[in-house]
Amino acid sequence: MIENFLDPEFFSSIARLTTPILLAALGGLICHRAGVFNIALEGFILLGAFMAVLGSYLGDSAFWGALSAILGGIFLAIVFSEFHLRRRGDPIVVSIAINLLGLGLSTYLLRSIFDVSGVFSHPNIHKLATINWPLLDSFWLLDLIFNDQSILFYIAILSTIAFHYFLKYHKIGLWIRVAGENQEALRSSGSNPVQVKFFALLICGIFCGLAGAQLSISNVGLFVENMSAGRGWIAVVVVLLCAGRPIPLFFLIILFGVVDSLSLRIQGLGLPQQITEMMPYIVSILVLVFVSFRRFRFSSKTHL
Amino acid sequence: MSKINKAKTAGIVVETLATVLSISLIIFFLLYLADANFSEAIRGFIKSSIGGRKNAYLFTTFSKMALITGMAIAALIAFRAGLFNIGGEGQLVVGGLVSAFVGLSVADFGLLGIFLALASGMAAGAVWALLSGFLTIYMGVPLLVGSLLLNYPARYISSYLVSHPLRDVNSGLPQTFLLPKSVWLPYFQGTRLDVGIILIFLVYLFILVISQKTKYGYYSKSMGISFSFAKISGLQTKKIVFQTLALSGAIAGLVGSIAVLGIHHRFTDGMLVQPLYAWTGIIAALMVNLNVWSIPLAGFFFAAISTGAAGMERIAQVPKEIATIIQAIIILFVVGKLGSLGGASIPSGDSDHD
Repeated sequence: MIENFLDPEFFSSIARLTTPILLAALGGLICHRAGVFNIALEGFILLGAFMAVLGSYLGDSAFWGALSAILGGIFLAIVFSEFHLRRRGDPIVVSIAINLLGLGLSTYLLRSIFDVSGVFSHPNIHKLATINWPLLDSFWLLDLIFNDQSILFYIAILSTIAFHYFLKYHKIGLWIRVAGENQEALRSSGSNPVQVKFFALLICGIFCGLAGAQLSISNVGLFVENMSAGRGWIAVVVVLLCAGRPIPLFFLIILFGVVDSLSLRIQGLGLPQQITEMMPYIVSILVLVFVSFRRFRFSSKTHL
Repeated sequence: MSKINKAKTAGIVVETLATVLSISLIIFFLLYLADANFSEAIRGFIKSSIGGRKNAYLFTTFSKMALITGMAIAALIAFRAGLFNIGGEGQLVVGGLVSAFVGLSVADFGLLGIFLALASGMAAGAVWALLSGFLTIYMGVPLLVGSLLLNYPARYISSYLVSHPLRDVNSGLPQTFLLPKSVWLPYFQGTRLDVGIILIFLVYLFILVISQKTKYGYYSKSMGISFSFAKISGLQTKKIVFQTLALSGAIAGLVGSIAVLGIHHRFTDGMLVQPLYAWTGIIAALMVNLNVWSIPLAGFFFAAISTGAAGMERIAQVPKEIATIIQAIIILFVVGKLGSLGGASIPSGDSDHD
């Protein structure tokens, strides 16, 4: 029984399933700290995933795929900034619109450029490189988790650490935090909070675009309509839960990754696919209940 | 008219023209990407949104309008009370699934059967919405994420049920058995338009009355303006939250029932999720700035865009997802004109939790 669960594939799938959510959540985290209520991560990821396939197909290499995924994310980030920062639209409304835009654009472009609907796969879609560290070969668990993962996995982990120090010690990190906590203080110190928020949104676009690239061109090399399947919302939940701190965020996401790959294992034991696909959302609700309920009892505040 | 007023009017005209121009340019660019014949595409759009032989497409638009308007009312009733119930999709799916199931078992009851199926769909939608209210009030989970996350269990559970236990094994698709004709919503004579649109119209009148003329309407509106003010003026905010969510969920559930009993006559996996009824309803409600009176107009407008796009796909091979893009762009261009929903400011009101 236990061997069914703890086979090598279990450990390597944790890293694989975690990476897109981690990348997207890092983007959401920067927005959260800068005081931009961005719940459009889902749309960002989806367009990124499509653009990755498009770039990889047209440019004939995974590098162009990743680059065009980033451009897709940046494009939606600019749209978000235009309508939220410049035209002062409500962030929830802008986010809902951008989620629809990401879904609509990715499907529309898929059907008008490649003339297929549903799934697009092609031998010309190049996958992201994986990295092998010969040093780790002899350590069983480390080898399984850290070896032969897509390059974005390592970028995600390094970025988590970098974000921690960046927000804590770097000047721009400080600006971002002040933009979120007290805009006026930032303005009186001579910086423009709108510019800082714009910068945060751009970072978010880049990371969500990469999250999309990880989904579409890391293991599978294909695009499926609506393939983000709610991962952007899980990233939003994780950012809310850890109150925008990178290190707790990392561990929370590992928890989600473990649940995700456990449910894949359980599927192998005969549980229907729909039930296992539902698990991350159930876990999100449970973790939200657990964390919020404790906070809630101490502060007796309600969150509508 | 003073000079300032004139300048202001001129400003608004210029701004509106600029908006219309930008949206048209984007649409033309998208059509260009799809390699479509412009005039063919536009003729297809207009003909299939409001024309067709014996106005058949117009009736399709009306039947879509009923669903979108219903979902818009469901969103509006919650939003105006400051409750960000964006879980309409889950409530819609649960309502549709339950009324398909009930409809199959009450086939012999005639009109009473229809009534039972509709009522159970509404009850199911209300329960699903109350679940998110329960998570918010007693567990401290923000309603925005709580209601949204519940969409996914609704989607996957319904998908499982219609693929395995409730599946019509003779059909190749994951769907329930076809409902017997006795529980179908009647059609208007000579058309394929069912009476669901009348039910939605009744809901519209009901919401108009309770939002403008009753104590509940006044209380829920003041809670939407300021939660803490409503609380310290002695309103039973907890009760209003649950009432509002139950109402919103019941309407969403009713829309699901109408789609099942009136249009598809069975529940097929993804049939209520893929056309994005819930999200279109939300943006329709937002576009009219949560004004109850103009909801049907917004519903018709978005329904026409979506049937028109389907026609463009038939006639000019433009993917019909252009409808989703156009709807998103329209809402983006009007969003700056709307008041703030106050979503970021609400989360710190005191609760009833003692």
